[in-house]
This record gives sequence, C-alpha cells and structure tokens, in this order.
Amino acid sequence: MTITLGHYLVLAALLFSIGLYGVLTRRNAITVLMCVEMMLNAANINMVAFSRYLPAYLPGKTEMLGHVFVVFTITIAAAEAAVGLAIVLAIYRLRHTVKLDGMNEMKW
Amino acid sequence: MNHLSEALPAIWFYTFAGVVLVSALCVVGLKNIVHCAMFLASTFLGVAAIYFLLNAEFIAVVQVLIYVGAITVLILFAIMLSQKFLGGEIKQHNTQSLPAAALTAVLAGVLIPVLLDTWGKVEAPAEAMHGTAETVGAMLVQPYVVPFEVASLVLLAAMLGAVVIARKD
Repeated sequence: MTITLGHYLVLAALLFSIGLYGVLTRRNAITVLMCVEMMLNAANINMVAFSRYLPAYLPGKTEMLGHVFVVFTITIAAAEAAVGLAIVLAIYRLRHTVKLDGMNEMKW
Repeated sequence: MNHLSEALPAIWFYTFAGVVLVSALCVVGLKNIVHCAMFLASTFLGVAAIYFLLNAEFIAVVQVLIYVGAITVLILFAIMLSQKFLGGEIKQHNTQSLPAAALTAVLAGVLIPVLLDTWGKVEAPAEAMHGTAETVGAMLVQPYVVPFEVASLVLLAAMLGAVVIARKD
C-alpha cells in the first residue's frame, strides 16, 4: 500500500497525544519538559510531511517552506529547553525537589 | 521480488512509526527518569528516520545533531544535577491519569478521522526535490534572512538567560 499524507499526519497526531498525556500526568518537571519536546517534534513531522506531499510551486520563494519553518521551530525548541531546564535547576536548588506537586506558590 | 520492492516503503514507514510511538509510550510510562531520557533519544532518532523517508535529509541531520546530540544531553545533565539518589522515585504519575487519558483519547479520536478524511488520499508527487540543504540554505539567506538573524538573537538571549538563572550565587 502506498503511504499517503494521512499516514504521517496520524503519526504526528498520535505522538502529540502521547506527549500531551505525559505533560498532564507526570510529576517530575523534567519529564514534563521531555514531553513538551515530543509535542514539538509532532508538529515538525506535520510540517515536513506537508512540504513533501503538497509542495507550493512558486520557485525561489516557497520551495521547501515547510523545511525552513522546521529549522526555526527546532531552534526555538532548543532555546526553550535550555531556559526551562535552567529554571528547573534553580527551583531545585531552592526547594530540593523537582516534583510539581509542591510548586504552586509564586513567592516563598 | 516485485511484491517486496513495492511494499518496502510501507515496511519502512510502519517500522519507524512503531519505533517512534513505542518509545513515546515508554517516555510517558516508565518510572526511572533516566530510562525515560533514553527512550526520548530513541523517539528523536525514529523521527529523524521519518524525515529521511520524507526526503528531508537536511532536517533529519539537524534533528539528530540538535535533538539527540544537544537536547538529550542537556536533559541528562539536568536529571543528574537534580536527583538526590540514583534509582528514581516511587510515584511518577499524579492523580490525574484517568482524566488526562480521557482527554487525550478524545483529542486523538477527533483529530485522526478528520485528518484521514481530508488527506488520507493525497499521494506523493512522483519526484522529490533534490538538494534539500542547498534549497533550505538559499531560502534562509534570500527571502527569510530576517527571521534567520532574529533566531540567532533568540539563541543568544536564551543562552544568557540560562546561564544567569542557573548560576550559583
């Protein structure tokens, strides 16, 4: 059977749902950040699949536009992971725990 | 022989899709957080293989370099710096497992039929574009040079912010 666009989109939707479940249920802050990265990967799969299956034919301006967008998404995801983990480490140094259950107050 | 070569793209897709989804389930399900990080790396590698199947070689290599190479190592460092003992903790899931499972099942159940309905029949154009890296590079310096420069500023700001936040006083 040929692999259609729908196959890749369903794969991305499932990966996104699994990441969403992880964000909602895990107690460790670092695992939540891992699941957020999984959700971003699902969005990237979507964009690359659309770029392959439905290419826009304005040469010079929009060839592989999906790929360019994915480059930027990966960049921003890396920056967000770095800052998020720095925040988790700062909180760990203050409270000696990374469980999300106790992190519901803004000021100590 | 002809049957095998016709079915081969489907075999590759289902294999790597299986790797991605099983690794993702292990990331959200396992107790030991270091195991979760390892399966996250395997998820990223599976996604890179999916990019290769989509003829996106440049994005696949960028995925391996940045996600597997940098972000996974960053997560492992954060894990090692924030655990008081090795071996992981006992309860890794909070009390919201059932509502969260219901919500994600509803999301997947609504998304997947809509996606299959609209795009289930779109097949790939016969020839894929060659020279992915060249084309993406040309687009990044010709039409999209402003987002490219802004992205480097964002990375600089993130780097400074992470150093300042995580610094010991």
